[in-house]
This record gives sequence, C-alpha cells and structure tokens, in this order.
Amino acid sequence: MRHIISVLLENEPGALSRVVGLFSQRNYNIESLTVAPTEDSTLSRLTVTTTGDDRVVEQITKQLNKLIDVVKVVDLSEGEHIERELMMIKLKANGQMRAEIKRTCDIFRGQIIDVTPNTYTVQLVGASDKLDAFIASLGNMASIMEVVRSGVSGIARGEKVLSL
Amino acid sequence: MVVRALRDEGVKHIYGYPGGALLHVYDALFQQDDVQHVLVRHEQAATHMADAYARATGKAGVALVTSGPGATNAVTGIATAFTDSIPMVVITGQVMSHLIGEDAFQETDMLGISRPVVKHNFSVRNPEEIPSIIKKAFYIAETGRPGPVVVDIPKDMTTPTDRYPYEYPKSVKLRSYNPISRGHSGQIRKAVDMMLQARRPVIYSGGGVIMGDASAELTELAKMLNFPVTNTLMGLGGYPGTDRQFVGMLGMHGSYEANMAMHHADLILAIGARFDDRVTNAVDKFCPTARIVHIDIDPASISKTVRADVPIVGPSKVVLEEMIEQIKDSKKQPDAAALETWWKQIEEWRSRHGGRYETADSELMKPQQVIEMLSKVTGGDAFVCSDVGQHQMFAAQYYKFNKPNRWINSGGLGTMGFGLPAAMGVKMNFPDADVACVTGEGSIQMNIQELSTCKQYDLPVKVLCLNNQSLGMVRQWQDMNYESRHSQSYMKSLPDFVKLVEAYGHVGMKVDKYADLEGAMREAFSLKDRLVFMDIAVDPFEHVYPMQVPRGAMRDMWLSKTERT
Ligand SMILES: Cc1cc2nc3c(=O)[nH]c(=O)nc-3n(C[C@H](O)[C@H](O)[C@H](O)COP(=O)(O)OP(=O)(O)OC[C@H]3O[C@@H](n4cnc5c(N)ncnc54)[C@H](O)[C@@H]3O)c2cc1C
Ligand SMILES: Cc1ncc(C[n+]2csc(CCOP(=O)(O)OP(=O)(O)O)c2C)c(N)n1
Ligand SMILES: [Mg+2]
Repeated sequence: MRHIISVLLENEPGALSRVVGLFSQRNYNIESLTVAPTEDSTLSRLTVTTTGDDRVVEQITKQLNKLIDVVKVVDLSEGEHIERELMMIKLKANGQMRAEIKRTCDIFRGQIIDVTPNTYTVQLVGASDKLDAFIASLGNMASIMEVVRSGVSGIARGEKVLSL
Repeated sequence: MVVRALRDEGVKHIYGYPGGALLHVYDALFQQDDVQHVLVRHEQAATHMADAYARATGKAGVALVTSGPGATNAVTGIATAFTDSIPMVVITGQVMSHLIGEDAFQETDMLGISRPVVKHNFSVRNPEEIPSIIKKAFYIAETGRPGPVVVDIPKDMTTPTDRYPYEYPKSVKLRSYNPISRGHSGQIRKAVDMMLQARRPVIYSGGGVIMGDASAELTELAKMLNFPVTNTLMGLGGYPGTDRQFVGMLGMHGSYEANMAMHHADLILAIGARFDDRVTNAVDKFCPTARIVHIDIDPASISKTVRADVPIVGPSKVVLEEMIEQIKDSKKQPDAAALETWWKQIEEWRSRHGGRYETADSELMKPQQVIEMLSKVTGGDAFVCSDVGQHQMFAAQYYKFNKPNRWINSGGLGTMGFGLPAAMGVKMNFPDADVACVTGEGSIQMNIQELSTCKQYDLPVKVLCLNNQSLGMVRQWQDMNYESRHSQSYMKSLPDFVKLVEAYGHVGMKVDKYADLEGAMREAFSLKDRLVFMDIAVDPFEHVYPMQVPRGAMRDMWLSKTERT
C-alpha cells in the first residue's frame, strides 16, 4: 500500500542524506521525496511517499524515528489528509492544437505559464493521480517535451499538526 | 580542546594511530598525562580495543584515527560495534575544511562512508563546538540503544595557536533524541499475567541484558519463577552458565534442549534480544505455539522479524525491576505443577544430547576439550575474547560463563581479527584479570601485528590458537552443502607460530597432545607477566553441532555428522 510519511528534520548538513541513506540501506522504496525549510529555520519538513506492507511501513517509521536528526515522524495516510503535487509540463503546441490543449488545461484547472509560437508550458497542482490523468489525456493529442514534478507534499486535515 | 574534552569526560585510555590530519591533536596528547594513548599497529585494532573496553565495562571506548586510510581502516571496527550495539566514540581526522570536496591528499568522505554503520556522526565546523560535540557523542553512544559515534574533525579546527573559550558541558539535551527511561506499566502487567499462567515458558535473553546491566535482575526473576533461561551468543553470562535453570545458548549452534524448549514453548519472554536470523531459523516456522513478550529499548527491534504479542519498550534493568515488584505483589503464583512437567521434559532433552561430542581414540585433540580445559583452569571467571569461526562456537558452547561482560566476541558482524585486539583492550583496563583470546589460525593472522603492541604496553594476554589448519567454519559448510569441495578453505603454508611470537618477544608453546594440555595451560596462566601464545593442534575434521537445518524450525537440527532430529 502507498503511504505518505511526513518528517520534521533538524535543518543540519547531512540530515537529508541520513534519511535517503536509510531508505536505500534497508531496501525501502522511495516513490517521491520533497524537502524544504519550515517557518522555523532550524527545521525542515520532508515528505516521502513509499509503498510496503504494514510491517515494512512500521519499520520505516521506527527507523526514521531512530535517526538523531529526525525530530518527529507521522504516517499521514493513517488519517484524513490532503496531498498536493506541482507539475510543470512543456508541450508542442501549434495550429489548432493550441485551443485543444487550452481546453484540457481548463478542465484540469491548469495554468499556461509560458508561451512560445510552438510550445505551451502548463502548471498543474493536485494530487498525484490527477497529474497522472492530465498527462494521460494530453498524451493522446499533444506531444510532451518535458515534465517536471515536485513530488508529493502532505498535511493532515483538521486540527492535527506536526510540530515541535 | 579535543584532548581536554576527553579528559573532562573521564577518559583514561584512547587507542589510535597518528597521521597528518591529527598532528595538532597528537602534539596536545604529548603535553599531558591524563589521557593515555595506546599506539596500535593497524587502525582496525584501535577500534576493536575501544569496543572491547566498552563490552567489558559498559562505558564508551575511544579510538583516534587519521583521515583517509586511517579512517577507512577503522570502518570494520565501527561496523563491528554497530551491529552488536556497542558504545564507542571514534574521532577521525579530516583534511582542512577549505580543502574538503577537492580530492585533497588523504581526504575521504568519512561522514558518508560511516553513515550506515554509526548511531550518529558529527563533523566539526567551528572549533568552539568541539567540547559540546564530544559531550553529545558520548551521550548518544552510551544511552538508549548504544552504538558507535564518529566525530570528524578537520585539521584547521585543532590549530593550537587559535584560542577559543572552552567549557565542557555537564549534560546535554537534544530535542530530537530522548532515550526511554522506563517501560509501560500496563504492558508489564499484561506480561506478568501471561507469565504467571504459562505452562511451558522460556526466557530468551540477549546482549541487551549484558549492556543494560540487568543480569542480577534477570537472575532474580528467573529464580523466583523457576523458568528455564537460554541466552543468545551476545547474551552469554547474563545468566550464570553453571546454574540448573540455564539451558545453554539457542539458535543455529544452540543446545538441543534450548532449541527444543523454544520450539515447544507456550510463552517466550525475550529480553534485550533481537530475533536474529541465526536464532530464529525460518521465521514462519518459529515457535508455533508461543506467545511472545518482548522487552527492548529500541522499538525498531520489536516486531521486526517476529511479531510480539506484548511489546515492552524500555531498559531491561528497569523493566525487570518493575516486573519483579509486580510479581511479588501479585496474589497469583506460577503454575508449579505445569512447570514441573515442563522441567521433566527439558531434562529429558538435556540428557539426550547435553553438549556431548565424540572424543577420538587417537591423540588428536578435540577443540571442545581445549575450551573445557580453559573453563576448568580459569574457574569460569576469565574474560574470554574470541575471534570468529568454529573455535568461537566451541567457546560459546563449552565455556561456562558465570558473570556478564566476560564473553567478548563479534556476533552480528562476525569480524575475524577481533579477538586479539579485544583481549588487549580488556587487559589494558583489567590488568589483574585472566584474559584469554580464543582464536583460530585463520583469524589470528588478520591482526597478528598487534603482538607488537602487546609488547610495547606489556599486555600479557593468553592466546589459545585452536589450530585446525583450515578455515574450519567455511570448511564445515562446504562439507555439509558442497559435497566437501574445500574451495580455498585450507591454510597451507602456516607460519611457525611459536617462532613468530618469540620474534615479537613473547612466549610460544606448541601443544599437540591432550595429555600435555592441562599442564601447559596452567603454566601459561601462571606466567602472569608474559604474553603466552598456545598453538594447539586440534582435530581438523571436527564440526560444530548441534546445527540447525537451513530453512527449518528451531527444533530441526543436525546433532552430529550422522544424526538428525
Ligand atoms: C559464526 C557465527 C555463528 C553464530 N551462531 C549463533 C547462534 O547459534 N546463536 C545465537 O544466538 N547467535 C549466533 N550468532 C550471533 C548472531 O549473529 C547475533 O549476533 C546474535 O544472535 C544477536 O544477539 P542478540 O539477539 O542478543 O542481540 P544483540 O545484537 O546483542 O542486540 C541487543 C538487543 O538488545 C537491545 N538492547 C540494548 N540495550 C538494551 C537495554 N539496556 N535494555 C533493553 N534492550 C536493550 C538492542 O536494542 C537490541 O535489540 C552467530 C554469529 C557468528 C559469527
Ligand atoms: C573478515 C572476515 N572474513 C571472512 C569471514 C568468513 N569466515 C567466517 S569463519 C571463517 C573461518 C575462520 O577460520 P579460523 O579462524 O581458522 O577458525 P576455525 O573456524 O577454523 O575455528 C571465515 C573465513 C569472516 N567472518 N570475517
Ligand atoms: Mg582454523
């Protein structure tokens, strides 16, 4: 099963490599990983999506907790949560294709953020499966030149927070 | 500042080897007498010495090695300590900070290289941090689940002409690291209830009882309940080896009765043990009828390979104390009748095999006989530091350890070359104790250069080399699984060990008849101030038994070359 694990990490040099190293060393898989500082400059927030059975995911959270630089860990998928990913996608767009692409963008609430006579660059934010669906539906009509995705970030719904 | 911090931490000995990146530190060492430096002949030995000090005392040992090759030579020793959860602080020199990343002379990324085999590592970026980093290093190494910590110090952080304010912190707090101090009382109550109802209980204890200083509590608990106790390789000495309730080691080379008892148990009380694959055999066939209570300080050890029915996270000593209190307060008693039946069964198993081996009619000595003699000559009280191989298993099976912290071996990593430096690290700190190194002609050659260190620092350890002229443990597997194709497991061209140790300035003895063994061994131990190396010829064809059948259950064992359960 897919899990979204959120980690509060000391904003120290080498801290990220400990997390990434743990995953490769123990043969856990990483589907995506995002990391950036939080409002508290001594802390980073890291989100990793991974797959594994309950036993593996339990080990992942326990092993993460053992890292000295890790302050807190939660498995967001255990409760209600919101996940978002940002994608920028560059497409070949000329002639009548341009209107077609624009329509699809609107349906998915994407924005065209850069334009040349032959290309569109589209930005789309949403859950990962929405981004997948967008790529799939464009794939039939336009030719995709480049895709860049941020990886998933997540936050719990309601009043639950992950903080010190 | 480095040396001062070590002194303020109360460090008496450090084990190391100098080099360019550490010259400032070595100069500081020269100018003081509080911290004694021991110069080894290979950095791996420095780490093993520090590690063995920790195994014998529970306190972190300290090693000091230079950048590049010095640091990489130390990696095996760091990994050895890591797998066995041993506290250690390893200070590594590093090139000047402005050269880091430029492939400078003797630069290696020690933080990167050591990361998977340390509990934590630090890099010093500002000389003022040195005291607090060193304090943190000891704190992290020694608390919670112990482990090695590396402190990497670029040369320019120790420039003697640069002066900084120095204060050694009395204590440290880390917001992201809070070792647990006691177990959950409710969980302990649940466990106690199960224990008082158990009909076929077994206590399975490991290294967490040794390093957790809980052997007195374990003994008290087992005695008040009349439960059988088995120890892992790392847990030996946690319960007195000569006591009736001790059923021996369990696992791959565990005793028949210990493995049978585990397989048939209805309750297993695991204390500071991590259900290693050398213990459980096939996990899906492991102890089919048992419920499992697991006490461990590291939540990640619990339900990692075998699911625990009652997990208790906490230090073994404190949890056991609370367990004992609860049992004393409880109105219930252990089920004496059921236990009597259980003990009858165990005694039957014990008499069926009970650690027997075939003594040859020929004069070829059996390795088991050598260990039994060692046990007899030293009264079960020596520090026994072992290398890795068949001799290690024989030592574990046939030496009767009555005290904790006396059996010192590399279990999780199985590092050949550990034995001699380990014995040195112990002898250095327990000069009056009998310290034996049980080794093989293969293992001893991995760190034999340390005989020279022994001469320099006057470390009269007794080396028992069980010479079977082969990499016996490898050969055993080849006999059993590869139709005796002995690929690269012979050691032809062995040195004349007696001459070799004499060249290092020590006493060598060659023993090839059992009749001479006792006399020679007593003589060796009576030479209090000399290192004696006993080159003992043993049966080259001997195998270690029992041996669990691969992918079987706990009870599936070879009991001899021809006999299977
Ligand atoms: C050739 C060879 C053969 C071997 N054969 C066997 C064999 O037959 N049988 C066998 O048992 N082993 C055998 N081993 C060793 C095996 O590989 C493991 O090293 C060993 O089984 C692990 O012991 P342990 O479970 O006690 O764990 P350790 O590695 O000692 O780990 C200690 C556990 O206790 C916990 N702990 C630490 N401190 C505390 C505390 N204060 N309170 C509570 N918990 C704490 C830790 O978190 C950890 O989970 C063999 C090794 C070699 C090299
Ligand atoms: C550094 C290292 N290399 C290889 C091994 C694999 N290995 C385990 S036991 C063994 C043989 C040990 O031979 P010896 O020291 O003579 O002991 P014996 O088994 O003969 O008693 C080997 C090669 C190891 N454990 N450590
Ligand atoms: Mg040998």
